Amino acid sequence: MQLAIVIGDVVATRKDEQLFGVKLMILQPIGADGAPFGKTLIAVDAVGAGVGETVFFVRGKEASFPFHPVEVPADAGIVGIVDRWDVEEDAVSGPRQAERR
Amino acid sequence: MLLARVLGTVVATQKHRKFDGAKLLLVQPVNVDDTPRGATLLAVDSVGAGVHERVLIVLEGRAAGEALGRKGTPVDAAIVGIVDTVDLHE
Repeated sequence: MQLAIVIGDVVATRKDEQLFGVKLMILQPIGADGAPFGKTLIAVDAVGAGVGETVFFVRGKEASFPFHPVEVPADAGIVGIVDRWDVEEDAVSGPRQAERR
Repeated sequence: MLLARVLGTVVATQKHRKFDGAKLLLVQPVNVDDTPRGATLLAVDSVGAGVHERVLIVLEGRAAGEALGRKGTPVDAAIVGIVDTVDLHE
């Protein structure tokens, strides 16, 4: 899964029958610092997300699982709305040495 | 599978019901030399990993669902191990 911001939605009247009633949202994936990372994509929405919200989404056929038994033809799906996330900024480079005064 | 470094935790109240009780961690995939590799990901944790730890992750839906122990969960990444050591013979 990845964090993303919902930046819009897509309306398509003529579409696969299995997509009827399914919301299509435009996502901008973000990194742990909240900055955009990578390309925008369109995802089906399984949790009622709105524009401007931070969400997490799943890639692959698992995106259709929330709509079971309907087999939604989707390769990305929003599966959670993020309240907050906590990151230790030095986690990648290893613990910083304590500063000596 | 990939190596990754645990960056932090994610809190999401409103999520698909299959995620209830699952621990979500933000992880940064890394190369064997510990340099970042690609985008930061969210993975479900079934082994009790903590921030700063180096872990083994699977990036595939079926494997991640099995790691979580719940069929039909819309998940594509899971932490399946905490790495003690990596030995690389060049």
